[in-house]
Amino acid sequence: MSGKTAINLSINGRDYAITVEPRRTLADAIREDCGQTGTHIGCEHGICGACTVIVNGEPVRSCLMFAVQADGKQIRTVEGLAQGDRLHPLQQAFMDHHGLQCGFCTPGFLMLAVGVLEREPDIGDEELIDVLSSNLCRCTGYQNIIKAVRAAAKQMRQR
Amino acid sequence: MTAKGKFVGRSVPRLEDRPLLTGKGRFAGDVSFPGQWHMRVVRSPIAHGRLGSIDARPALALPGVHAVWTYADIAHIPPIGFRLTGLVELEAYRQTILAHRYVRYVGEPVAAVFAADPYVAEDAADLVDIDIEPLPVILDAAGPPGPFDEHRNTETSVIEKKSGDLDAAFRKADMIVTLDLAIGRHSGVPMETRGAIARYDETRDILEMHGAAKVPHWNRDRLALMLGREPGQVQLYEGHVGGGFGIRGEMYPEDVLVCAAALKFRKPIKWIEDRREHLIAANHSRQQRHMIKAAIDKDGRILGIDDEFFHDNGAYMRTHAATVPDLAAAMLPGPYRVPAYRARGHIRLTNKTPCGTYRAPGRYESTFVRERLIDAIAARTGIDAIEIRRRNLIDKAAMPYSLGFSTLGTDIVYDSGDYAKLMDRLLAAADWQGMQRSLARRRAAGENVGAGFAMFIEKSGLGPFDKVRIEVTATGTIEVITGVASIGQGVETAMAQVCAETLGIDYTRIRVVHGQTDRIDKGMGAFASRVTVMCGEATRMAAVKLREAVLGAAAELMQTSAGQLDIVDDEIVRTGRPGPTMKLAELAAARPTALTAEAEFKSSHMVYPYGAHIVQLRLDSGTGAVDIERYLVAFDIGRAVNPMLVEGQIVGGLAQGLGGALFEEFTYNDGGDPLAVTLADYLVPTAREMPTVETFLSEDAPSPLNTYGFKGAGEGGINPVGAVIASAIDDALQRPGAVTRLPVTPWAIKEMLRGR
Repeated sequence: MSGKTAINLSINGRDYAITVEPRRTLADAIREDCGQTGTHIGCEHGICGACTVIVNGEPVRSCLMFAVQADGKQIRTVEGLAQGDRLHPLQQAFMDHHGLQCGFCTPGFLMLAVGVLEREPDIGDEELIDVLSSNLCRCTGYQNIIKAVRAAAKQMRQR
Repeated sequence: MTAKGKFVGRSVPRLEDRPLLTGKGRFAGDVSFPGQWHMRVVRSPIAHGRLGSIDARPALALPGVHAVWTYADIAHIPPIGFRLTGLVELEAYRQTILAHRYVRYVGEPVAAVFAADPYVAEDAADLVDIDIEPLPVILDAAGPPGPFDEHRNTETSVIEKKSGDLDAAFRKADMIVTLDLAIGRHSGVPMETRGAIARYDETRDILEMHGAAKVPHWNRDRLALMLGREPGQVQLYEGHVGGGFGIRGEMYPEDVLVCAAALKFRKPIKWIEDRREHLIAANHSRQQRHMIKAAIDKDGRILGIDDEFFHDNGAYMRTHAATVPDLAAAMLPGPYRVPAYRARGHIRLTNKTPCGTYRAPGRYESTFVRERLIDAIAARTGIDAIEIRRRNLIDKAAMPYSLGFSTLGTDIVYDSGDYAKLMDRLLAAADWQGMQRSLARRRAAGENVGAGFAMFIEKSGLGPFDKVRIEVTATGTIEVITGVASIGQGVETAMAQVCAETLGIDYTRIRVVHGQTDRIDKGMGAFASRVTVMCGEATRMAAVKLREAVLGAAAELMQTSAGQLDIVDDEIVRTGRPGPTMKLAELAAARPTALTAEAEFKSSHMVYPYGAHIVQLRLDSGTGAVDIERYLVAFDIGRAVNPMLVEGQIVGGLAQGLGGALFEEFTYNDGGDPLAVTLADYLVPTAREMPTVETFLSEDAPSPLNTYGFKGAGEGGINPVGAVIASAIDDALQRPGAVTRLPVTPWAIKEMLRGR
């Protein structure tokens, strides 16, 4: 347990050379070792999806992945979505459609939706709801999250 | 509809959103201090037992472990006091900060490990060896009481609410309708678990606690008292809070532990709860069993209601004391005339997680019971359930309407309402008659489809006060400093809208400060749907004063009278004619201390919003699943500050209500071991389970108790969900009274379909 491994995490295009125990979760490494606290931890057993980040193009639960498994991989987190002051279309849509209340689950939903919409820009409504049902929100009742993701999908297709 | 203002009544975007969308939020887990130690709580694995020796040596031997605390280390700290409904007889049942002599639920804090690293702290916690001699468990609150300790048993108190002549009502009744109903154990389960970070600043002699929520001032005062400090020597700081729902922000043993440890060890102490801990250690709620009977006449009019219920409060009395059963008893009559009433609530302890409030506390439960009763009256008399409701509704002309008893220290007086109008509007929106015909056709074709209707009264705006100070900073920013708290509901936006409306300045220029005990000397916090009502009115009052101060100061500098001036878009202008103007920032620079105002709004009565829900659903005979085909909500909150946020509250509450009606339950095995310890066991609804909700906000009945007529919006989305789902399932089965307990799980539905 005490042996540490040197790894490199590439987060939003920036490299973080860190040393971690093999058991350290990717979520903890992103938050504590790399200081990117926008990724949240809600259950640590892979149900709630608050910790969702994009690893090599795929949305993953960073609480279910060890940091050493992400060595050398390209990680994207919520901090990398906006371009300076300009929000990503999905962030803007969440604001416009009141898709967040407390905001704790929001980074996970954003990364889940970005990952899916980049891969499947024309995703159907029913399929989208299936995808969004992989994360939990306790404030909004999902209605406005679904509206926001649909609106952003439309806008992202037009770009 | 009340006329919209420039800001009040508008669905403007939220001020809170940008940092939360960009990963810049500051939740409890995001707060760290150099050199901090991490606390891990060692919890009882046994539901009831006599606590023997605790061997911490193996834990202390682990590198990086600094200390292990047991009861002896905190014996000088008293148990946490009661914040609401604190009956004296309940005090003996409070929880000590760490277990003393007995453990009474799985999850009870027995020891605390302090280590340099959270992983090491968790390793060490596993090594603390606790000797517990198991004792028999009590799990049924409605069964015979058992021993709590050598002197007391598990029936802590019996509360009673009554009015009218109950015996006479039952003597002259044409019929008596009796029901035995139960509500399962649920809780708020916010997405952020609890967390607390304490730090002692020796240079200022200040103990700080970060991660505060809901009621920072009460918690500050109580922590100071428990730790022997002046309130001014303890400061609480609320950052972002990942959901409240009643459960988060109440004072818990862990909050006291981090503070005591920060003082003792002179190190910042950080504690972040994991999800398993959350599900077994943070407050549960809801679990009750009601034996209710109604005396009615042959036309289905209620003559009297007699309810005896058992409230399962878990192992101890926490900060809410008798609040939940008290509210259940007090709010059970709802929107109906009940000439004679008695509710007797047995507050019982069991060997389960202790309880507190959860959104619409006491009302989710008693609305389920009351609306089940109304449906049963309809079935018994053969009169349509809508007609039974109409016959018993309190008339608009009867407002204000007193129930003749009190709750939360206030007499219950419904301040305003037109219940029949709201009911008719929702029935029309749903095309209730058409819906009935279509469902009958589908049932004839073999489908298990049905519709339900339920009404409710909410309560909101609990006083006794809220205080607000508004300052214009030197740069012209308006700062509204309050003693309320944000739990994600949009308080910054709503208060900025109220302030902007009065001042004449855009709401985006207004900064709302909340949850910081060092910024304002007192405050009540965020609970009981109180913030918009209480803080909203205090904000308006302070804004009126500030406007006077601004115009007075400007009049001096602009050599005119205040009556000739107005504030428009950050500028002080002359009314009615062109002339020199002055920027607010210029005025603030010229009169740096003059532009401040303070106001306190006091209220000794709550305000009572009301509403109705309709659901149409289909039962899947194969899986027992419930497919919600249509869901409609009508809610009258007097006046909506921001309809978009109100709808957000309704739909979010509804999702939680649906969870409690169909999926969520904290279950235990016969030994008292909790069976719902992950989010794979405690089933929170996902996007897949949520229907599209049609909401109808009305403003027929503004409250006469505050200027704008506000009533609280936070709990009408959840209140009658269990009731309306039960009613619709009965209808789908064509079996009145089939549903007697919540949640109605797929297994229960399959049983009911088989038993038809």
